[in-house]
Amino acid sequence: MSDVTLTGNVPVPEVDHAGHGQHHPFLQHHFEDLGQQHEASTLGMWMFLSTEILFFGGVLCAYWIYRVMYPEAWAVGAAQQIWWLGAINTIVLIISSLTMALAVRNAQLGRRMATVYMLIATLFFGSIFLGVKGYEYAKHYEEGLFPGVAFHWNEVPALAPKVELFMTFYWTLTGLHALHMVIGAGLLLWFIKRAWSGHFGPEYYGPVEIMGLYWHFVDIVWIFLFPFLYLIHGAHHG
Amino acid sequence: MSSLTLNDARFVEPEGTRNYITHDYGALSWLLTKDHKRIAILYLLSITALFMLGGFFAVVMRIELLTPEGDLLTSDTYNKFFTLHGIVMIFFFLIPSIPAVLGNFLLPLMIGAKDLAFPKINLLSWYLYMISAVMGLYIIITGGVDTGWTFYTPFSTQFSNTHVFGVTFAAFIVGFSSILTGLNFLVTIHRMRAPGLTWFRLPLFVWAMYATSIVQLLATPVLAITLVMLMVERVLHVGIFDPALGGDPLLYQHMFWFYSHPAVYIMILPAMGVASEVVAAFTRKKIFGYSFVAYSSLAIAFLGFLVWAHHMFVAGISVYSAMIFSFLSYFVAVPSAIKVFNWTATLYRASVALMTPMLYILGFIGLFTIGGVTGLFLAAIGLDVHVTDTYFVVAHFHYIMVGGAVMAYMAGIHYWWPKITGRMYPEWWARLAALLIFAGFNLTFFPQFILGYLGMPRRYHAYAPEFQVLNVMSTAGASVLAIGYALPLVYLLWSLWYGRLAGPNPWGAVGLEWTTASPPPHDNFHETPVVTWDAYDYPAMMKARGETQNV
Repeated sequence: MSDVTLTGNVPVPEVDHAGHGQHHPFLQHHFEDLGQQHEASTLGMWMFLSTEILFFGGVLCAYWIYRVMYPEAWAVGAAQQIWWLGAINTIVLIISSLTMALAVRNAQLGRRMATVYMLIATLFFGSIFLGVKGYEYAKHYEEGLFPGVAFHWNEVPALAPKVELFMTFYWTLTGLHALHMVIGAGLLLWFIKRAWSGHFGPEYYGPVEIMGLYWHFVDIVWIFLFPFLYLIHGAHHG
Repeated sequence: MSSLTLNDARFVEPEGTRNYITHDYGALSWLLTKDHKRIAILYLLSITALFMLGGFFAVVMRIELLTPEGDLLTSDTYNKFFTLHGIVMIFFFLIPSIPAVLGNFLLPLMIGAKDLAFPKINLLSWYLYMISAVMGLYIIITGGVDTGWTFYTPFSTQFSNTHVFGVTFAAFIVGFSSILTGLNFLVTIHRMRAPGLTWFRLPLFVWAMYATSIVQLLATPVLAITLVMLMVERVLHVGIFDPALGGDPLLYQHMFWFYSHPAVYIMILPAMGVASEVVAAFTRKKIFGYSFVAYSSLAIAFLGFLVWAHHMFVAGISVYSAMIFSFLSYFVAVPSAIKVFNWTATLYRASVALMTPMLYILGFIGLFTIGGVTGLFLAAIGLDVHVTDTYFVVAHFHYIMVGGAVMAYMAGIHYWWPKITGRMYPEWWARLAALLIFAGFNLTFFPQFILGYLGMPRRYHAYAPEFQVLNVMSTAGASVLAIGYALPLVYLLWSLWYGRLAGPNPWGAVGLEWTTASPPPHDNFHETPVVTWDAYDYPAMMKARGETQNV
């Protein structure tokens, strides 16, 4: 039987912490060893991300269908975005993914403070992203680009209802993405505390790695949203 | 080695050993438990309550339909009743039924694990279920909802003035409960199997849960995002699905059925898993074509994703699209038929012990076959145009869901009752209930095939007088069915105190769950089992015991 006896590539030293017998303090009792626990958690996060792909995939599918139906409205809608704010946010998020990856590496190497600093940096760049996003949201609201009763945009009257549809997708997609960022930021706070307390090290860094998987996923979603929502209008609308 | 492990009638727990029920005391020890067995009990109690609620709506509707006039309920109230019946039975009973109760309880036992991979997430999924159920109850008390369980737009977003937002939000939440259960099962099956328990030694129930979990994991998020868009449209009055504002109501139907057709397999695949376990145990034979039955679960899960638009033949999709979906719908019948033929082949020339679980499963095989074959009628485009939105669809659906899924759920509850509670249920009463349910079910739903074929539309509280005789038969059957469902509530409760002590393996069945005490201890097994035998190795076990099977 391969799977359950595998320890994978995770070294599992017999750590003897006082009061915990011969078990690692973070080994849950229903697992045989830390290797099995690590593999189970990682697989669980990958599966969760597959549900996330279908979750975002559903609304992206609807976005795509209407993009094919109303290409002009979609171009005009995208032209309402300030592309360089989206570009800045893209760069900010990619940097935050780098710091997240460095946090995982430092946790693996058992460098406690380096892990803490990298997690703080990730939180910092994530917050910049949310700040820029909030500025864009406020601006759109003032311009009457929030769908529903607040929608007053009417530069091209014939296209206005379809541009409203575009903006509905804009707010839904970026809103769901921002919600994931906020959840990620909350998790980062918790992880900063755990890393500070010295919970992670060479034999137990799985949670940081899983946090990283989540963070990178949210980053990748944005990599798709940025061109879909900011860059599809072509040169003549710019 | 194998004879001792398999044939463990001599296995006795030492005096005073605690099981999962006596492991800890007090309400909090249940509400904060991380033990998969206790969470299964929490689910059992919750879904039983909601089954009774859903049944109440059904009974009132059947009483209304005794007479052609709409005299008991107004048409608006009737709309709410069939909507709530559907929502409660599908989202709050059928989808969690076998996975969250029997799957939760048995999966770790069957694979020799101490618990599911993520016990806290398991508890979280029950709380999500309960939050959603409480929201649903609040909405029922404060006015209900009348869109049908499918929430079709634009009625649900533009016209209905009932609690659409609240109910869709509740369905959104209960969806995450389902996703988390599926995720937990998949990781557990991948990573927590006992040494020696290879994939093709797994019980077929585990294979069925695996296929079910894939569907839960990949289909449910699409329902969730569809409901999010519906809520956005309803709150902001934008036109994602509203043709007046540039949207497309067909898109809603596509996205809804992308989840809700696979959801039918979330409900029926676990039932098929129970059938395999029970057939093997009461024929004392290996399941004929084990690997075909295992693979057919995966095939159903896969093909189930490709057939959703057969719900939309009359909705205005292109005829070419309809033809392709019709063909694929025929295709999905193949793996289902493989299962039925393999169970039948297992039963062939076996001496079948007609205990209660086996009675239910014999009923299941027959009723599922009728439900499946009438499903093929509906997948044929021409015939579907004739019977769309008639009682024929209602009858077909209930043959699969009640005749299939609920019958198998009852079989499973009886089969594993001694393992769950340590007590035997009273066999005579249980057989009587099984027969009443089978008879009542057929009397309720078979006339509906005829009604539908004759053209009686569903979802109306009044109907043409010539349909009355068949409707009276249907309502009479529903009364028998209600008695049949009430009996187990009584005698199963009775058995908790007065039932005969079961011992670890009352059926003489093979499978790891029968090698531990009944009820099992908190950690399931005192030491991790090592598996050296195939699933359903009844021939080896009987050889070890000196029994013979008539072949």
